[in-house]
Amino acid sequence: MNLSYYPGCSLQGSSSEYDITTRAVCAALGIELMELEDWICCGASSGHSLDEVLHIALPAQNLKIAAEKDLDLLVPCAACYNRLKAARHALETREEVRDKMRDVIDYDGRKSPAVLNMIELLQERVGLDRLRTEIKIPLKGLKVACYYGCLLVRPPDVTCFDHPEHPQSMETVVEAMGGESVRWSHTAECCGGSLSLVHGGIVRSLVDRIIESAQEAGAQAVVSLCPLCFENLDMRQTKKFPVFYLTELLGLALGIKDFGHWIKKHFQDPSPLMDSLRLTP
Amino acid sequence: MRMNVTETRPFIKQISEASGQDVASCYQCGKCTAGCPVAEHMDFVPNAVHRMIQYGDRSILGSSAIWLCVGCETCAVRCPNDIATSAVLDALKREAAEKGVRSREKSVIALHKSFLAGVQKRGRMHELSLILGIRLKSGGLFNDMKLGIEMFRRGKLSLFPKKIKNKRMLRNLFEKARRRT
Repeated sequence: MNLSYYPGCSLQGSSSEYDITTRAVCAALGIELMELEDWICCGASSGHSLDEVLHIALPAQNLKIAAEKDLDLLVPCAACYNRLKAARHALETREEVRDKMRDVIDYDGRKSPAVLNMIELLQERVGLDRLRTEIKIPLKGLKVACYYGCLLVRPPDVTCFDHPEHPQSMETVVEAMGGESVRWSHTAECCGGSLSLVHGGIVRSLVDRIIESAQEAGAQAVVSLCPLCFENLDMRQTKKFPVFYLTELLGLALGIKDFGHWIKKHFQDPSPLMDSLRLTP
Repeated sequence: MRMNVTETRPFIKQISEASGQDVASCYQCGKCTAGCPVAEHMDFVPNAVHRMIQYGDRSILGSSAIWLCVGCETCAVRCPNDIATSAVLDALKREAAEKGVRSREKSVIALHKSFLAGVQKRGRMHELSLILGIRLKSGGLFNDMKLGIEMFRRGKLSLFPKKIKNKRMLRNLFEKARRRT
């Protein structure tokens, strides 16, 4: 299977482990990722906070590049995924947006690719039955809290993915990997997002509530699909509680060789937990 | 508060149109505020923001509330009248930024402005440049210094920004977007 790939800016910086593990997992599953040539930033929350045209034009420019390739587009970052889906939705549903975008980037949404997050890729394209057959080291004994945050699931008419407040799809992937998931209250609560850069204190209190909720539910770690959530949870918490990207755990379960480089990037050391479950790469 | 229809209508009309939301339909149930992760830090909680727009009170443009909204969209999912409060707050942010209305949340404004300035320059966001841009605009250069050093030690902060090749496309996009705003 070939897919276009949009890493986004965070995956080239603070969240490089998400990029590396996504590429490794896809390679192990026989998926070839073709990075979009000369992709640009999606504009993130600053785009829609300040500029009514740029917040569509920036992500839509990437849809335009992807449309030339005629491949579906994998977007692992939840924030980029949200912006690309929002641009796609606006182009699909609003004539005045198409009109503006024809003028600004010479693109009206033609052949706009399907935009996929990691769970959609695993559930719909790979298939959980096949995924189960690929698991070499089941994550036996590992109990995680699947954390979706906001941007994968809201607004629901834009992302069209799972449930806006009670999503359950990541749980099915974790179970296919041989792990367990807990039921908990904070699965789609906000981590504070980009406020982290200017209001560390607010984000710390939001993040600690999320971690406490995961602990109370009996989880040993939180699993994330968003670089913003991951960085906030991993760097701002005061609980010494491990946080993983789904792709990090999946890479372990797939038995990828030499798959431990990302551990040293984590602020909360996951090694004791992984050692106790004999999951150390 | 004195209510005057001619005073009230232009503002609610403007914000409703800019956000695509029917602000007039808010009847103060408070679900947006109940679900808002940052309401406790706001000077006006989300449902009060709607009320002030209904009253035509433009002073809401100088509030901290509009800039503290992180766009989690919980309010939008829960509103019984289908108002996406997050979209209303975005419309208020854009109006406040355009008019240069001051707010005590100047660091959040600096964040968004620095972010877009970086994208305009390079086509991509570079974290270290963004952080420096915010701190230079709003002060606190040494805030989170320890965290920054730890990030650097773990290879999480790249020193040199990545740039896109097609500068002409980027220049066109920003120029045309400005004309259409």
